[in-house]
Parts: sequence; C-alpha cells; structure tokens
Amino acid sequence: MSLTLADVHRIAHLARIEITDEQAGATAAQLNDIFAMIEQIRRVDTTGVAPMSHPLDGVQRLRDDVVQPLPDRAELMRNAPAQEDGLFLVPRVIE
Amino acid sequence: MTELAHSSLAHLARLLDQGKVSSVELARIFLTRIEQHRNLNAFLDVRPEVTLAQAREADARRSRGEHGALLGLPIAHKDIFVTREWASTAGSRMLAGYMSPFDASVVERLAASGMVCLGKLNCDEFAMGSSNENSAYGNVLNPWDHGAVPGGSSGGSAAAVAARLAPVATATDTGGSIREPAAFSGITGVKPTYGRPSRWGMIAFASSLDTAGLLTSSAEDCALVFNAMLGFDARDSTSVERPDEDYTRDLNIDLRGLRIGVPTEFFAQDLQPDVETAVRAALADYQKLGARLVEVSLPNAALGIPVYYVVAPAEASSNLSRFDGVRYGHRARQFGDLTDMIKKSRAEGFGPEPKRRILVGTYVLSHGYYDAYYLKASRVRRLIAEDFQRAFAQCDVIAGPVTSTVAFGFGEKATDPVSMYLADLFTVPASLAGVPALSLPCGLGAKGRPVGLQLMANHFDEARLLGVAHRYQMATDWHRRVPAGY
Repeated sequence: MSLTLADVHRIAHLARIEITDEQAGATAAQLNDIFAMIEQIRRVDTTGVAPMSHPLDGVQRLRDDVVQPLPDRAELMRNAPAQEDGLFLVPRVIE
Repeated sequence: MTELAHSSLAHLARLLDQGKVSSVELARIFLTRIEQHRNLNAFLDVRPEVTLAQAREADARRSRGEHGALLGLPIAHKDIFVTREWASTAGSRMLAGYMSPFDASVVERLAASGMVCLGKLNCDEFAMGSSNENSAYGNVLNPWDHGAVPGGSSGGSAAAVAARLAPVATATDTGGSIREPAAFSGITGVKPTYGRPSRWGMIAFASSLDTAGLLTSSAEDCALVFNAMLGFDARDSTSVERPDEDYTRDLNIDLRGLRIGVPTEFFAQDLQPDVETAVRAALADYQKLGARLVEVSLPNAALGIPVYYVVAPAEASSNLSRFDGVRYGHRARQFGDLTDMIKKSRAEGFGPEPKRRILVGTYVLSHGYYDAYYLKASRVRRLIAEDFQRAFAQCDVIAGPVTSTVAFGFGEKATDPVSMYLADLFTVPASLAGVPALSLPCGLGAKGRPVGLQLMANHFDEARLLGVAHRYQMATDWHRRVPAGY
C-alpha cells in the first residue's frame, strides 16, 4: 500500500485540516513510513479473536437521565472565539 | 532550603505535622526554585498568588486541627489536566490561554486532600510524543544533561520532579508517557490500572488507553498520593467501580519467594548494553532480597507499536474533532465559509504530530479500511493482553527495561516519526493491556544519563507493585540521587 498525494488531500479533507500541495508531499512520505510499520499486524492470524476496545472489557455505564448542574453559561462561553447575546458566532450557513 | 526541596513527600508530611514547617513556607521554597530554574522550561503557567492562597488555606485547616496525610504538600499538574485557576493548553497552540470552567477530577480530589498546586507543566502537544519536542511552547531540558530530552509526553512533569522543583507531579500515560520520561529523568513514575484514576477533565488523546498517574522521587511517595487520587468517578464512563484501597498497605512486603517474570523479548537486540547492564544489576539486587527470577514470554509484545499506532490515532482523530474553532480554541483570522473556517483553524492550531496522528486515525477509520486496520489492531491488542495473563500465571510481577537507550539528544529523532515511535517499544504493551506499570531509577548509563527499571503487575495489583518497588528503594539509593546543580 502506498498513499498518493490525492489520498492525502482526501484524508485531510475528511479530517477538516487544510493542507497545501507541498505539505501533502512531505506528509505522504511520513504516512507511508508509518503504514509500512503498521503493515506487520495484517500478517497476524487473528481467527476467532474478538476485538478488544477496553482493556478490562468493561461496558459503558449508563446514568439515570436526570438534570445535573453545569458551570454557568458565562463561564462556559468565556473561551469562545466569537460570541453575541450568549450565542457562538460562525459564518452564515443558511442563505 | 535545598534540604527541604530534596526531601521525600513522606518526610515533608511529618515536618508539617510536627509544625516544623508551614505549607506557605514549603510553597515559597518550591516557587523560588521554579523561578531559579526557568531555563528548564518545565512550567507553562505559574501563579504564585493562587498557590500561596491555597497554602494559607492548608495551614488554616491544620490550625483548626485537621491532619490529612497530604494536607499542605505541594504538587504540580501536567498541562493535560484542566484547571480553573491556571491556563490549560495541552501543550498546544490550539488551546493557548484556555481557562477551564472546572477542575479535572484528579485535580479536584488532590485539592480536596489539601495539596497545594504549584502550577502547570509542559508536555508534548495533546500528550503525543516521547521527547517533549512536540510542545508548542518549546523544549524542556533534562536536568541531568541539558543536551538530552527529558522524555515525553510528560516531559515537564519529569524535569520538574528530577530538578526538585516539585516533590510530585501528575502525569498521564497513553503508551509510555509516564514511564519513559521517568526513566530518562531518573525518577519514579507510576501508571496505575486503566480505569482506576478518573479521566474526567483530562484532555482526551486515546480514551481506551489514557491513564493518569504520578511522577515522584519514590514509590512510597506515589502510594501516599494515590490514596487520595485514585477511585471511582461516575463522571468518567470507563471509571472502574471498586472500593477505595490503601496503596501503602504492601510497602513492607516481604520479597522472599516473590516471582519476578523476566520477558525474553525485552532483552532482544534493540536493548543497548549500558541499559541492559543496569537493569540486570537491579534484577540481581532483587535476587539478593529474596525474589526469584522466572523466565516468561510476551511473544506478541513487538506488535505493540504497530497496534498502538492504529488504535491511538483512531481514537485521537475522533477526540480531537471537537477542536473546530467554534466554542473554544484557536480560530483562524481569515476564512471563507464554515468548513473553510474549521479547516484553517485546525491547520493553524495543531502542530505537525497531532496532525499526523489525526490523518492516520482518519484513514484507518475511513470507509473500506476500518476492518483491515482498526478492527484488526483491536484483535491483535487482545493477543497482547492475553500474553500478560499467561505470564502472570507464572509470576507475580514482570520486570524489564523501560527503554532500549538512555535519553537521546534534541533533534536526534525529531525528523523521523517512526524512530520516535519505537522509543515506546517496551512501554506500549502494558498500556494496551491496561495493567499497572512503573519505572524506577536503577543506574546511570551512557554519558551519565539515568536508566529505568520497569515493573508491571496484573490489573488492580498496584499496592503490591509499589511495595516491590519500595523494597528496592529501601536497599538502594538510585532514587535519592539528584542531578548536579539542583
């Protein structure tokens, strides 16, 4: 397997990270090194082995759906890059 | 002054209890040292007035008759734990100046026990790295040798404790980020069982691996702080529901008859002779103390790195998708539509390593590749975890090197991501299996740089693990050595 420049641009778009053609070239080489290292797991026989997503095979706990206090609105908004009237501002998405 | 800074936490606790020193005095001593050694770049945010207010409160609690084991003792936090009163950046430009509306669970628990926070510690960006060279806020110097990296990702925590700028520091370990810097910086670093410390308020990297722990100058000090730090937290959905325990209970464990498993795979060709010599000498010390060495095998351990570099980036790409420049974090100055704003904000806010891992993770989770990479890696992860269970049927703890070399120099691996990833060869297996593991100083290798001994135990066996480490530290003095000039 070898990732092309087009692959890197596609992945970067999926990841929502802007990338220039020049960066994509260097990135492709590094990602191909990483995937060459990862490749060895594909040769391991894992027939009948269940995937492990939690080291203690724990299951996600569910809590009761009850109202819980949160930090106040002003505190939650104090790191917002742009805000107005208690709302987060983003570029217009509906014309 | 220096004598107090070089004291163990246990000793400082006794002095506080006897009224021979106040919490405010201790805080001032460490704040002064932090200021004197700013060139290490270990701290990212120090606010003496907040620290001293906490210290005064601890002294007031003591004068009202309180006697908590940790009341008034100083600690510093890795900048991956969010804090209300210090900025929380995760070593990233993305979170420059971010002020959290709440304290992380671990921070909250330690503050409730009366510990006084000295500030926030530098780390690799989003805890991704093995040398601290990935921090957006600059390199951290290794106090043993300013030409060497302190290790990562908890490099600021390691340098601060090694230079005795703090008697203890929180840290996090996803694939080795506590044990590797502990080894490189000549201190004790302990990663407990996955799920034992709360992840709530720990800026997420890889959720099935991220584990909070400590860097200290001894296993005993670590046990003392674990008593307050570890425990169930309903706010973390993977927190383990088990009763609290006393992690100091096995400190005086009798090592006679203890079976120490030595995995053959950890002594293969990658291991450098200076590290091997120090580690084998430590194993011989354990034999003198009555322990028995048993050869064990972790046949899939070498697959740890490739498995880790599928699982961790996959989880990171998902966790770091929250950084979109909308609610908090960096937002680009110039942009077109919403997607463009997000793409530019992420391109500017993230450094090269998080970007690389997000791209790897996005790819292995993408349509058509999920089964071949993510699912496959999750299956191999189970094989690695099963190796540990087979080994622990034959032994009580597993011992080996933490790293194959002593601390490397700045820039030596920075341009080759895969060579940097391989620095975690011996630490990643315990992370994937979720078992507790620690590093303790056991000698000096090439260029006088420290060597670490790794000890691993089965799930929830950290009290015995700490006891096994403590007995070694009672018989040797590597953990008492402080780098020259500190």
